[in-house]
Formats: sequence, structure tokens, C-alpha cells
Amino acid sequence: MSTGNMNLTLKVWRQKNNKTKGALVDYKLADISPDMSFLEMFDVLNEQLINKGEEPVVFDHDCREGICGMCSMFINGRPHGPKDLVTTCQLHMRSFKDGDTITVEPWRAAAFPVVKDLTVDRSAFDRVIAAGGFISVNTGNAQDANNLPIPKKQADAAFEAAACIGCGACVATCKNASAMLFVSAKISQLALLPQGQPERYRRVQSMVAQMDAEGFGNCTNTGACEAECPKGISLENIARMNRDFATAKFISEEEV
Amino acid sequence: MSDLNSNIPEGELTSKWTKFKSSVPLVNPSNKRSIEVIIVGSGLAGASAAATLAEMGYKVKCFCFQDSPRRAHSIAAQGGINAAKNYQNDGDSTYRLFYDTIKGGDYRAREANVHRLAEVSANIIDQCVAQGVPLAREYGGLLDNRSFGGTQVQRTFYAAGQTGQQLLLGAYSALERQIGMGKVEMFTRHEMLEVVKIDGKARGIIARNLITGEIERHFGHAVVLGTGGYGNVFYLSTNAMGSNVTAAWKAHKQGAYFANPCYTQIHPTCIPVSGDHQSKLTLMSESLRNDGRIWVPKKKDDTRKASEIPEDERDYYLERRYPAFGNLVPRDVASRAAKERCDAGYGVGASKLAVYLDFKANTERYGKIEASKAGNHNPDKETCMRLGTEVIKEKYGNLFDMYAQITGENPYETPMRIYPAVHYTMGGLWVDYNLMTSVQGLYCTGEANFSDHGANRLGASALMQGLADGYFVLPYTIGAYLSKEISVKAIPTDHPAFVEAEERAKGILDKLINIKGTKSVDHFHKRLGHIMWEKCGMARNAKGLNEAIQEIRALREEFWSNVRVPGSSDELNTELEKAGRVADFIELGELMCIDALNRNESCGGHFREEYQTEEGEALRDDENYAYVAAWEFKEGVNFELHKEELKFENIKVAQRSYK
Repeated sequence: MSTGNMNLTLKVWRQKNNKTKGALVDYKLADISPDMSFLEMFDVLNEQLINKGEEPVVFDHDCREGICGMCSMFINGRPHGPKDLVTTCQLHMRSFKDGDTITVEPWRAAAFPVVKDLTVDRSAFDRVIAAGGFISVNTGNAQDANNLPIPKKQADAAFEAAACIGCGACVATCKNASAMLFVSAKISQLALLPQGQPERYRRVQSMVAQMDAEGFGNCTNTGACEAECPKGISLENIARMNRDFATAKFISEEEV
Repeated sequence: MSDLNSNIPEGELTSKWTKFKSSVPLVNPSNKRSIEVIIVGSGLAGASAAATLAEMGYKVKCFCFQDSPRRAHSIAAQGGINAAKNYQNDGDSTYRLFYDTIKGGDYRAREANVHRLAEVSANIIDQCVAQGVPLAREYGGLLDNRSFGGTQVQRTFYAAGQTGQQLLLGAYSALERQIGMGKVEMFTRHEMLEVVKIDGKARGIIARNLITGEIERHFGHAVVLGTGGYGNVFYLSTNAMGSNVTAAWKAHKQGAYFANPCYTQIHPTCIPVSGDHQSKLTLMSESLRNDGRIWVPKKKDDTRKASEIPEDERDYYLERRYPAFGNLVPRDVASRAAKERCDAGYGVGASKLAVYLDFKANTERYGKIEASKAGNHNPDKETCMRLGTEVIKEKYGNLFDMYAQITGENPYETPMRIYPAVHYTMGGLWVDYNLMTSVQGLYCTGEANFSDHGANRLGASALMQGLADGYFVLPYTIGAYLSKEISVKAIPTDHPAFVEAEERAKGILDKLINIKGTKSVDHFHKRLGHIMWEKCGMARNAKGLNEAIQEIRALREEFWSNVRVPGSSDELNTELEKAGRVADFIELGELMCIDALNRNESCGGHFREEYQTEEGEALRDDENYAYVAAWEFKEGVNFELHKEELKFENIKVAQRSYK
């Protein structure tokens, strides 16, 4: 397995389950290749642990190509590590130096309780979407797609907001553990499209209410979420959500 | 010859589906409320079916092993989704999509299913746009299209290089809406471990709560598996790490036939393997072949950099061999052609197992068009490249970034190095026209079934099939079965069949934990993958397949005596999850080799070296092998072959030619 020459010290958060306390545990790794992804480096660690008869580190991951949003490591104090615009699975060891000590923790937020080691429970995001992150159209009710031309600029802006992968880095990095970037991205996508207009103000109210109920914090305009988002979701979305939320307050119950 | 009833409706090909829909028995709304349907999998095929069935009024339970239904691997599909809309006015039609798909599948798919797929393709686009899926648009505000392999029209709809993500999030939002309304009960981080059969009918599943390790029993009047493909049998593939065959394999062991397991798709444009540490392979979308030209040096073992090799010393081998389709030949053809060049010593890069995908010519062409739009009709080369790069960036930016991130090279400046990798599996559980498996009440949708792609799937057709099955086909066809089940009350889960199935599942988990061997699960998975890639990969022969079968049997024995699974079964234990999946992959691997050995012909993704034309193209044997090979699982690990004859009444069967 030795394909490289990097030696590393890892400090990894180990926690048996949500009822026990966790702690950082040190591990030494040798012969790491700079071409490995960060998660492949963890595969090497786990193989070593298993061969020693210890339990491997549990971490969430699936597609390993930066799109499923499942991987979620807090690396040296930053979600998804030191590189901008990449997820942990797309972070490669060439971004680190031989001899580095790397600290790896789970996402930390009251609304994302730790399940085990580096794995957290992000089901709060699903419940926020279930509260209103959709257009109410049953299968079979659609008109021909080209009957509704949408200006390219508007469609592109909706697409940019829709690029969110729901990983939760925005929450993990925010000092208030706010989910406003995630929630506003979905609200923006649908608010920018003509199909999303009928439910626009109802949607923003119900999604924000659910966001609050889940225990996410508020936004204080620091912008860490935008800086750490692996998909470059813009803060403008939060501004748009706030505008829509304010507008919704001034619209009578019936209209919303 | 056939001993399987595919239940294809009578009548003209073009009217079968319309007639079926208007005459299929219905379930009235009050009865729907008391009928429960279990859906395993939340990708395009699962989420769309779960949402639609709930909208119709059924009680739905949906299961996925990830932490959210939005993570299903459909999310990673890049290039696009086909639909016979003819928005480009380039002569597309339902018939042409049907024809291209049958031909692309090398005449090994069922005509009636494929025609139905082509018929509903246009509805999918309408549905997704209505949901707010932001597909790419032109300046006029209408939807844009691009070309994919195996066709001569532009019928592929897309959202940059993230089409799967956007379509899945559309289906996911429809599903979450039903969850919010209490009409779908969602079970995340749950893995199906058994199908429960009562009096020959599927009546539920046994699932493991992956967080607590608890084994749960769930009743359903019918069970639908939308659990994806089995490409991870090769260890290295473009599939997600968790993608597995377990649900389908457990169903297979309960009587669902497994069809055409040897039909696997090796995608021509993936980032080459860089070392032993590699855990997965990354696809570079087929859409890149719209604007990329594939070449290798004309000289063997040429060590010059790509930029130093002059135009006349490059071999654009796809354009040379297939002038009519050029770089847009189907995937199986493009993959084999790359392998042929590399095997002959013309490969590039350190491993020599790669070819170039070069965007320079089209970047320059786009630049010229852009300059011309700006009034500059005689731009210099530098201007062209600069403007053209902007166009390329808009079309494929995320793919280029991903390539740069993984390889550390800049693809805007040097050509990409690519090589084929396992990507999709055309085989899967055998289903009839209703998408029902050979077990009553057990359905299978999307990549998990075998039905629509024959021996090779065309690009942008997987998303189409997954959503066709889930939104527009299954919700109708399942009614034919459920309409006869309305008097069946929910069966309590203390029924002996549930108890017995739970014991089976627990027995396997206990066995795995208690082996306490010396080798990790990954160790066995890698060895299995190596056997499969070497002997049941892009090219196969009888000798290699016979060897592979023996090697896999030996590996199975070793696995069950020497695997090490740390921890216990009553907690979150990712090694235990993997162990169960790899155990099933090992059995499947053997069946794939048996199927490949049985099929004494070459077709689509199945290339038997003994059967090729003088030019090295796949040589089919329509007289003896125009059938679906559906395998029945027998005691021990044995398999019995059943055949479904394929009848082509509307298409003239011919040797596939893309010249």
C-alpha cells in the first residue's frame, strides 16, 4: 500500500455514540501519497486499525466525486479543509506537507448531533425541505416544457442556487450554527423561477419556521458560510430570503 | 424457446402502452388509502415512484441506506437526459429514439419496453421543468440540447455537468413534500436485508437500522426495489462507495430471476487509475465528446508531451475508424477502441493506459464564433483561444475543475488523459412489461432491473429510464396487481414468514461478526474486483472465465473463513455493512462469469474475444442468442438458466454500424 512518502500525525475525534463523550485521539501515518484523496488517506488509517484489531473511524462518505454532499469533515478548523470550493472527498494530500499534524473533527452544531466519531445527524435539513422546499405539482400535471420560456440569466441564477449539495459546511463553520445559506439557496432557486411564484411567500415562511424549530442559529452577516461553501453558494441568497420573508409579513394571510 | 412470460400487451407496437393505460384496472381512492407499498432506494427510480404513488393516495414507506434520500447515486450523473422532443427540429421522433436505443443496445432489448420508454420521455422533461429543475436554456428562454453518443440528433437536455443532481433534487423535493404531508414514511440509514414472501407473494422486507443495529420488520402489499446497479462488483468503478447489489441479490435468492448479469458498461472517458490507494474512479461526462477529439500518437511509445506532437503525427482513431459517428460512437465501441490502441502500445501517460481527449480544435472554433459575434471577423489565434476557453468553461466548467483537482493538471492547457472504467450495469433483476419480477408483487425499477438498454446503454438514457419507470410506468402497472389485493388486510409482522426472514438476516450478521479472521473486508473486495476486471471486463474469453469462476469460488470460501469484522451488530458498524455487501458481490461475480461464458457471442458491452469480425467489431449470433438469459438461484450457490426470446417485429435486426 505504500505509494508515497508523506508522514502525518492525525488527531481524530472518536466518540462511540451520542450518549458517550468523545475525545481527540492521535494516530501516526507513514508513506502517504500526495495523489491520495483525504478520504483515501482515512481508508489507509482504517485498514491499519482493522489489522491491529481496533475499530475503524466512522465517517460519512459516498460518491467521492464532490456531489452527493455526504462527506463532512472539519479539518484543521475548516469544513472540508484548507482548499476553497472542494468537498473533503475532492481534497488531495498534495494540499498538505510531509510532517503535518492534522486535526479532524465532526460538524459541530446543536442541530447536527454526533452519531459516532465523525458522523453527524443532518436530518434537520430534510425536514426544512419537507416544510416547503418544493413546487406543489403532482406527476402528470405538467404542460409542455417550452410553453414557459425563462430568460437565460434568470435560469442560470436559479441553477447557481440549486447547486447546493446539502453538506452542512455552512452550518459547521458559522459561529451561530445558522442554516441560512442552505435554506436561502432553495428559497432563491424557486423564487427566481416563474414556476415557484404561486407558493413563494408561503414557502419562505414555512421553511424559516422549520429552520428555527430545528435549533439553527441566526445570521449575523459574517459571511463564513459563503467563504467555506464547496459549491460557491452566494450570500446574496440570504439577502433574497430576508427580503421575501419581510415581504411575506406585509402580505395578508389570504394572499400568502 | 421462452419459458418466461413477459406479459407484453397485444396490438401494434405504437398503441400497446396507450391501450394498456386506458384498460388497466384501477384502485379506487378509498382502497388506496389502506394499501401499503414499500419502496427500497431513493434515487431517480425510487424517489419518483415513492412521490407519485403517495400523490395517488397509496401509503408509502421508503428506505435508503444514506443519511438522506438526496444522497442517492443518481445525484452524480453528469451529462444529461434524453427525450424525443424534437425541439431542435433535427428530425427526432419517438420512433427514432426507440430505434437508436434498440440499435445502441445491440438488439438485445425488448421492443415493447423501449418503445414505451421513448413515448414517455417527453413527459419527463415537462414534469421536471414544472418542479423547478433548472435545465440549461438558450437566450430565447427555451430549453437547450446537446449531442450524446449513438445518435445523430440533439435530444439531450442538461444542467451543466450536474444533470443528475438537479433531476434527483427535483424528485427528492417531490418526495419530501409527501413526507411533510405524512403520506410517505421515510427510513434513512436503513438497509434492506431480506424480502418477506407469504404464499408466493412479496409482503414486506427485513431492514437493519444502521445507527442502532436493530432489525426491523415492515409489511407492504407490494415491494419495489429501485436500488441501482452492481458496478461495484469490480471494486473500482464510477459508482458511489455504498452502491451495492444486496437488495437485488436477496430478492434473487427468494426467487427473482437475475437477467443478463454479464452486460456491464465500461465508460470510455474516465480519469485513469493513479495508484494502489485508489478507492473509486471518476467519470468525465460523455458530453465532453461533443467538443473533445480523442487521439493517441501515431508513433508507438511516444514520450513527447501532447503539445509537442504535431497534428499529422496524431491518430484520431475514432474519426478514422467510424467516420459517420466519429467521436460520438456508443460507449462500448469507444471503450474497446481505446483498449485496442493502448494494448497495441500507443497509450499515453505514465501508466500507458490512457488516451488524450483534446478540446483545442473546438475551443478555437468557438472563439472564432464569439469574435465574429463581436464584429471581429479575422481574429488571431490567441484571441480565439481566449474567447473559446470562456465558452468551454461555461459548458463544462465543473468537470474541468474536477479533473484539475484529481490529477493536478490544467485541462484548459493540456489535453485530458482518459481511460475506460466500469460505470453502469445493463443487467439486473428480470422484470416483465409491468416491471414485476418473477416473484409476485415484487417490482424492480431503474438501473436495478434489466429491461431497456439491451447489451449497451446509450449516454443520457439512464436518467430517462429511472424517471420513466418511477413517474410514468410503475404507478400505472402496479395498479394491475394492487387492484386484486384490495381485500388483503395488512399482515401483522409476527407472521411466521417475517420471523423466519428475520432469523435468516440475523444469522448472516452473526456469522460475519464471529468469523474473526485476519483480513479486512476491503482486502477481499479488491481481490474480487481484480478477478472481475481482468477476466470479465472489457474483453472476455472462455479460458479466462472458467478460471475466474474457480478463483471466485475459492475466494468465497476464504472470505467466509477469514474475514475480520470488528465491533458488534448492535451499533453503527460500517465494516459489517460492507461485509454483507461484499459477500453478495462475490456470489454475483460468479454468476456474471457464468453468464458471460454461456453467451457465445459478442454484443454491446459483452465482448467475447472468440467472437469478433475481421475489423475487431462485436460479432453477434442472432440465431442462437437473441434471448434474455434469466438465471434462477438454486440451493448452495447454483444457477439455472431460463430464456426469454426476443422478437423484433418493428426493427430489422442488422449488424451495428457506426461507420
